Amino acid sequence: MTERFAPPPSRGCSNTPVLKQRGQHEVFCGLTGIIWLHRKMQDAFFLVVGSRTCAHLLQSAAGVMIFAEPRFATAILEETDLAGMADAQQELDRVVSELLERRPDIKQLFLVGSCPSEVIKLDLAKAAERMSAQFAPNVRVLSYSGSGIETTFTQGEDACLAAMVPVLPQSDARELLLVGALPDVVEEQAVGLLEAMGIGPIRVLPASRVNDEYGIGPNTLYALTQPFLTDTHEALQRRGANHIAAPFPFGEEGTTQWLRAIADQFGVSEAKFAEVTDAPRARARKAVAQASEALRGKSVFFFPDSQLEIPLARFLTRECAMEAIEVGAPFIHKTIMAPDLDLLSEGPTIAEGQDVDKQLDRCRAARPDLTVCGLGLANPLEAEGLTTKWAIELVFTPVHFYEQAGDLAGLFSRPVRRRDLLKLEAAE
Amino acid sequence: MKLTVWTYEGPPHVGAMRVATGMTGLHYVLHAPQGDTYADLLFTMIERRNHRPPVTYTTFQARDLGADTAYLFKDAAMAAYERFKPEAMIVGASCTAELIQDDPGGLSETLGLPIPAIPLELPSYQRKENFGADETFFQIVRHLAKPMEKTARVTANLIGPTGLGFRHRDDIVEVTGLLMDMGIEVNVVAPMPASPSEIAKMGQAHFNVLMYPETAETAARYMEREFGQPYTKVVPIGVGATRDFVAEVAKLAGVEPVLDDSRLRLPWYSASVDSTYLTGKRVFLFGDGTHVAACARIARDEMGFEVVGMGCYNREQARMLRSVAKEFGVEPLITDDYLEVERRIEELAPEMILGTQMERHIGKRLGIPCAVISAPVHVQDFPARYSPQMGIEGANVIFDTWVHPLVMGLEEHLLTMFREDFEFHDDAGASHHGHKAKLRDIGKTETVSAEPAQANTGPVEIVWLPAAEKELKKIPFFVRGKAKRNTETFASERGVQEISVDTLYEAKAHYAR
Repeated sequence: MTERFAPPPSRGCSNTPVLKQRGQHEVFCGLTGIIWLHRKMQDAFFLVVGSRTCAHLLQSAAGVMIFAEPRFATAILEETDLAGMADAQQELDRVVSELLERRPDIKQLFLVGSCPSEVIKLDLAKAAERMSAQFAPNVRVLSYSGSGIETTFTQGEDACLAAMVPVLPQSDARELLLVGALPDVVEEQAVGLLEAMGIGPIRVLPASRVNDEYGIGPNTLYALTQPFLTDTHEALQRRGANHIAAPFPFGEEGTTQWLRAIADQFGVSEAKFAEVTDAPRARARKAVAQASEALRGKSVFFFPDSQLEIPLARFLTRECAMEAIEVGAPFIHKTIMAPDLDLLSEGPTIAEGQDVDKQLDRCRAARPDLTVCGLGLANPLEAEGLTTKWAIELVFTPVHFYEQAGDLAGLFSRPVRRRDLLKLEAAE
Repeated sequence: MKLTVWTYEGPPHVGAMRVATGMTGLHYVLHAPQGDTYADLLFTMIERRNHRPPVTYTTFQARDLGADTAYLFKDAAMAAYERFKPEAMIVGASCTAELIQDDPGGLSETLGLPIPAIPLELPSYQRKENFGADETFFQIVRHLAKPMEKTARVTANLIGPTGLGFRHRDDIVEVTGLLMDMGIEVNVVAPMPASPSEIAKMGQAHFNVLMYPETAETAARYMEREFGQPYTKVVPIGVGATRDFVAEVAKLAGVEPVLDDSRLRLPWYSASVDSTYLTGKRVFLFGDGTHVAACARIARDEMGFEVVGMGCYNREQARMLRSVAKEFGVEPLITDDYLEVERRIEELAPEMILGTQMERHIGKRLGIPCAVISAPVHVQDFPARYSPQMGIEGANVIFDTWVHPLVMGLEEHLLTMFREDFEFHDDAGASHHGHKAKLRDIGKTETVSAEPAQANTGPVEIVWLPAAEKELKKIPFFVRGKAKRNTETFASERGVQEISVDTLYEAKAHYAR
């Protein structure tokens, strides 16, 4: 297939000055990632050491309580733990022993730090080390922080994966590592495409079971599938692994460039690459064209939420013919975001962090055709007459790679189409 | 440290948010880290509110902790005042901010705001959501309401409704109607949807209607003491309770009791022949104390169910619920441990659960129908239609809601007649529920293990002989739990250690009514 993308913009957003404001952030904390991580890692249990608020957040973010006894829970700190009347480390040992006794199916336990546990400086790394020794070889215990004072929303997954990198064995094998918790169907598609090009062996972080793990080292090549994995990226760098920089695999263009960057590293020929990708590319292109009909020429405004904003703005502007007004992200890691920023045509305001009230003022003034925002803002903005796409769905729905490119465009076009469909006035 | 899977109540600052979000013209400045803003979605998504909750979060981060977080609070409070121009503010800390001890109350005093700034002390590591709502409302009343001359006509305040309340929106309408029929006007409804200036006028009512003790009892006691306003003790959920409520109100107001029951359908629906299938159904109740106590009475006296157990998650109502349980002759379960509730339900094997969204999930897992009677709430608990729990219409709504999860009368008979049928069988479920009917493979017969099944009946070990176990499986699923339990009790009382088909039918004859 010949190259049919629009040429890269003469000036991308890489050098656009970033608007940084300090104020109220309307985002989840990193604990939220547990909702999808515990589904991905089927033998893992996530124990948040925190407050009733943490437990309430997990429950509310999970939306429905599908699992009678889920593989996550909260060890709620009580007055006695804070007043020093009980030794918090001993208390944690008690709770974990109780838990592991009841759930012998658990092979990996994550102790997840929260705002209160960070503030009282409860050393979970130390606890994890102690427990790993105690419960080895049946259970591996790791720790990371999902606290709101340190992480926003998807950074929780980043912190979790980063915690797993140091315990991977050392290996000198030349292997490809795909990094990021993807829905199984999407992961299988990616692996399938790469294997069809003759690339392998392919490893995935996180592996769905602890026993499926592998080693890493200076011959490991890794590609990120999610833009929020910055700490994991740095942890892998420290192990000597090599990053394959690419735009993120959203939409036909993102997927193609991402695959091509990997293919180049593994010496895949142009012909082979075309043979594997031509058919799915054509499908993706067709699906996006259909699903994005309602989006052409419309404007979009991103509130910071999942860290997917910049790659998605690139997809919406380049493949769905939308115009970006503002692209807000919780934080911007320049190295990781560079390939996407280069492709995003100059024009939109690029914002990092948030002062939600001021951002709402800008959004109301701009009156975008579509506003991408979190759950706390979506209904209020709809009530003001703005069309919204709630961002959390982008994290919970398979949206990566070719076969989902049309679905991704559909997630944005559905609210736009709905606005046109609903007619509640009298006929005459 | 307490291991918690699901929680019935959020932290106390969420209770304060429920008060603030229900009110108008009030703003809540909450010292809290980023992430605590998740609570906004409770209101915007679950309750589908079309406004953001009036809450400003200071959203401090780790890097702020080394420096001064107090200025963050002051800046946020000033900015919130400038932007929203509320009539009054409440200020407080969430669980994490409580640990860094910035004293939002003291800080807000130094700001010199031209409006009242009411400090909240909500101990996050000891108390929960209902306490937070109750305490917040009390503090607002204490700071803003003053003794006043009573209105010339008899008036009452309705107190207790909040944002995210279980059917609060519609209960207000229903109770207002009950009072109007007696010629009593409503002075203020609070906290939802009152403004601070309306709160200031609460003292002029003759008495208070305490709709939800969970969220307004402390305020009710305070106003009784300070303003000489008695408050109602009966919560008008159910037919009998509504009549009692009308009598109580008449006495407090010095008027004739009047109740327009021309639209009341529950008594006839319960008495109509179709409802004999409800008679004696074994139900278990769990929720907040107020709703459980009211619903236990409805279950027994107005539906003809047998109450086999009850409990509540809010310790504040434990004493009240214990006395109700005693009257019903059942063991009360006071706990906020979801797994403990599940165990109790498994033990009691009721035919129906009247519970919260949590029990709905327990019911789903155990195959027991469940109707929701209490918070914690879910998006389904905010229906578009008018559906109060209180008063005349509340009783009608409750009848429909509770009957819905059950298999209806004639259908139950069909299932019994044709229980081996490929369409009418145990797993088919009620026909008015949307899921796909499971057809049974006609050729297939149930396999029964040759090993006798062990029953869990305490010290005496009782086993089910294979034939009896097979016979038990022929009993429709919605009464099987009862039959199994009755048979085991019957056997253990008589020292029978092996349950045969005869034992099963002897027990059936024994318990026949």
